[in-house]
Formats: sequence, structure tokens, C-alpha cells
Amino acid sequence: MPEAAKSKPKESKNIRIVKDATCTFCGCVCDDMELTVDLDAHRITKAKKACVLGRAWFYEHTLEDRPVVLIDGKEATLDEGLDEAARILVDAKFPITYGLSDCPCEAQRVAVDIMDTINGNIDTTTSVCHGPSGMAFQGVGESTATLGEIKNRADLVIYWGGNPAESHPRHFTRYAVTPKGMFIPNGKKDRTVVLVDVRKTPSTPVADIFIQVKPGKDFELLWALRALVKGKKISEDIEEQTGVSREVLDDLVERMKNCQFGVLFMGMGLTMTRGRHFNSGAIYSLASDLNEFTHFVAKPVRGHGNVTGADNVVSWQTGYPFGVNFNRGYPRFNPGEFTTSDVLARGEADAAMIVASDPASNFSKKAIEHLEKIPVISMDVKETHTTRLSRVRFAVATYGINTGGTVYRMDDVPISLRPAFDSPFPTDQEVLEGICQRVKKMLSGSKARVAA
Amino acid sequence: MILVPGRSQKQGTSLNKGKLKDEYLEVTTTAELNEQDMRRLKLSNGDKIRLKSDIGQTVVTCISKKEEDLPSGMIFIPYGPSSSQLMGSDTAASGMPMSKHMQVEVTKVKS
Repeated sequence: MPEAAKSKPKESKNIRIVKDATCTFCGCVCDDMELTVDLDAHRITKAKKACVLGRAWFYEHTLEDRPVVLIDGKEATLDEGLDEAARILVDAKFPITYGLSDCPCEAQRVAVDIMDTINGNIDTTTSVCHGPSGMAFQGVGESTATLGEIKNRADLVIYWGGNPAESHPRHFTRYAVTPKGMFIPNGKKDRTVVLVDVRKTPSTPVADIFIQVKPGKDFELLWALRALVKGKKISEDIEEQTGVSREVLDDLVERMKNCQFGVLFMGMGLTMTRGRHFNSGAIYSLASDLNEFTHFVAKPVRGHGNVTGADNVVSWQTGYPFGVNFNRGYPRFNPGEFTTSDVLARGEADAAMIVASDPASNFSKKAIEHLEKIPVISMDVKETHTTRLSRVRFAVATYGINTGGTVYRMDDVPISLRPAFDSPFPTDQEVLEGICQRVKKMLSGSKARVAA
Repeated sequence: MILVPGRSQKQGTSLNKGKLKDEYLEVTTTAELNEQDMRRLKLSNGDKIRLKSDIGQTVVTCISKKEEDLPSGMIFIPYGPSSSQLMGSDTAASGMPMSKHMQVEVTKVKS
């Protein structure tokens, strides 16, 4: 149970109500919260309409007693931290920036500016999330819709390789399963919900049909569905290969072809397993194929609060969504070459700026081992494995709770944030702007020296 | 056996308290095994097991899941520092390591 709910601190009289606040914990970015804020205690005491994850997000982000800046573990001033961070980046031959999915677009664009200025490498958590879907998107395109359209129109909802009940609880209740829509007047009663996964999860009871696929056989199953939709023959041993019988496939194909508006939501069960971008490409292609018969769309279910914003900002500024390298003075995109997990595991990066993410916890062993060897600058609202190994650590304000800005929902809809209470910590944007100014000043000085 | 790291609700709520806190550590070091596999490996709820891949190894606590909820041969664990120790760095030119389909050996850790 979140601490705020458990301890029930004394009610202050200095209360503020924030209506239509936005939760930035996950990619649902629900913007219908009503927050009760105790301004004396600097904490949110009530978060109406928030799910269990949202409540934890709002209640646990209070003001922690941490130094704003630590350099080599010793407390320093903000200016000293910004100077040291800029120096590390300017001195590096292969500096990288990674993370960015838990800060507003206004901060993300400054991070791109810094890497553009120093000919560095910029990548976001997308590369280990739906990066493969981003690659597939470029290859086969996307039949798409907003979550609002899906809520109002979708009568067949298929979740593939995801467990929204635990990762995105309000995806079901706000967008795709239970809400009543313009053409779905009875909510769930008017929808058929299908879940495809390798195991039963807390999401399974929500589904009308559960299809259990063998691990690593998603591509084969999707390709068989594409063949059946097009009236082609498929292998007779499809059940042996995928764990799903021909009867179940035929039934699903009929439902997909005959629905009014169908949606395929893909989770990381597709992108993180055998097949990766081929799996995402197969699901995008299946949705496109089905438009010969009805209206069908496919959408990735995105994880972090502004990971979709990161894709948008990096795309606006470089032309590519993630894994972008400026070494040659212009942006190049190449997943596998310029994605952070690879750059670290190959031992190429010689300095890293990590914004609002924790690769030291989630990357491969080899990548983490290299991160431990190079100077790291980190910005985070809490202590993490990454902040612990950083040479320069900035404690920053929490976006959406202490700061405003813009975030993108998983369906690319931009939403403005309404902060609940002030923080003495700087924002990600302020820290990044401070570093950016110093980097530009240092480089203009060095150029002047060269010219002289 | 096949290890499938993924998200769980408790992992989501505990990471808001802090990734270095005991609750998050406990959640991300508790693996679910099918009860049939637990019997075969002579394991009881709460036993420590060593998961070993070609890349590394980690020790976690195991708990059983009903056979109908988790297929035999599969292990589920909320992803985190422990599962990352087992993950290879090859991304097959995609940027994404194979994070959800790892071959692991399971052995009981004698207390």
C-alpha cells in the first residue's frame, strides 16, 4: 500500500485541488485526475480516478531530502554540477545520451540540441521498448487510430503479448474494453476482447477469448492468420508449431473480417522476444490486410509516460525516432549500431548522460559493465542503480507533479501537464539547458582558439 | 527452462517507492514456476534457486503457480537487476536484447 494511504498524515488546511491533472506513470497518460494536494506537507494525499499504479506514482513522489548535485559522491552546487557535466561531454570522443521517456518534450528537445552540438549519440528507452515496432512501422506502415476513436468505435479488441491489467490498468477501463462509446453504447457487452499470450495473466479474465501461443512462435501465428485472411492454405501442423488449433484460428479470422472496427494492441511480448521487429511488422501487415474487409488498426501499447513524446521530438529534430548518431555532423539512424544497449556492450561510448531512466538496472550485463567504466551524468527524481554509479548526479523535480510541460499519450496525442506543488529541485529542462549553454560556450571558445 | 521477465503490478507500485528499496528488490527476485516443475525439481515455495544462462547467473526465491496459469518449462519473473544479469547483449541489429525468451538452467540453492 502506498505510504500516503497507510500513514494518513494529519490533514492540513493548506489544501489545493488540481482538476484534470495528468498521470505520467505509464503511456495511458490519463488526464482526468483530481488531485488533493497538502501544500504544507508537499504531498498528494488523494488521487481520484487514478489506478493502483497511478496512486503509487502520485503518493510516493514527495520531496526527498537529497542534495541537488553530487560529484563523485560529494555534495556540490548546481553550477559546479553543470560545469562538470559539460566538461565530461565536451572532452568525450563518443558521448551518448539515453533515456528521456520520463521527462517532458521541452526537456527532450534540449537533450537533442546538446548531442547535435557535440556530435554525440542520442537514443531513448524506445530502443528497448517498442523500438522494433518503430522499425517495422518504417518498413510496412501503420493503419492507426487514436484511443478516442477506439473507445467510440472498436467492437473487436485484440491484445497480443501484453498484460494491461498489471502494466496499464486503465487501458481497459478508459479506452478499449469497458467504456461506452458513440457506436459502442453498451461498453464491454458490445465488444469482443481477445488476448494472445504465452501464459495466463491477470488480464486473461477480461478476455472473451484467450489464445495461448507457444513462446517464440508469435511470428508463425501472425503469418498463418495473414494467410487465412487472404484465403491461402496454411501448414497442417500449425497447432504443433504454435500451440493454437486450426479451429481457433478460423474463428478468429472470421471475427476479424466481420467486425465493424477492429484493433490489434501489441505489447512487449512481441518486441522483446524471438522475431522482434518481424513480429511487429507481421501485426501491422495483418491490420493493413484486414482493411480489405473492414476497418482495422494496430497500435503499440507504450510503457513510460512520455516515451511517445521522445519518439516525436527526436523525429522532429533529427528525422529519426531513436538510435541517432551525429558523429559525422549530420544525423544517421541505425538500430543495432547506434542504439544504446549495443553502443555500451561494444565498449564504444566514453561518456554517458542518462536522463530519467535506469539502464544500470535493465540493460545487459555487458552493457552495464561498460557503463560502470565511463563517466556518467544522471538526472533522476529518485536514487537508482544508475545514479549510484554516476560521476555527476542531479536530483530533479518530478514531471507532471512538480513541473508542467507537454507529454504524448501512446496514440501520439499531446497533453499539457498541470503541476500539483512546487519543488526546490531543478527541472530536467533547467539542468539540460544549463549543460547546453556551457557546452556551446566551451566549444565556441575552443573554435576561437583553433581559428587563432 | 525458458525465462520470461515481464511487468507486474507490484513491481510497478514498488518502483515508485524506489528501485533501491527492499520491496522492489524482493519483487524482482521472486520467480514463478509451474507447480509440476516445482515438484520435479523438489522445490517448495520460498526456496532459493540459481538461474544460470550462457551470460550469467542469479539467485532468486521461487513460488509456485497453478499448472493452468503457467505452462510447464516456463519461469516468470518481474524484470529488474536480477533478470538483467542473465540477458545477452546481442540485439540482432535491432537495438533490443533478447529480453523475454532466455534459456536458463535451474538448480536449488542449499540453505
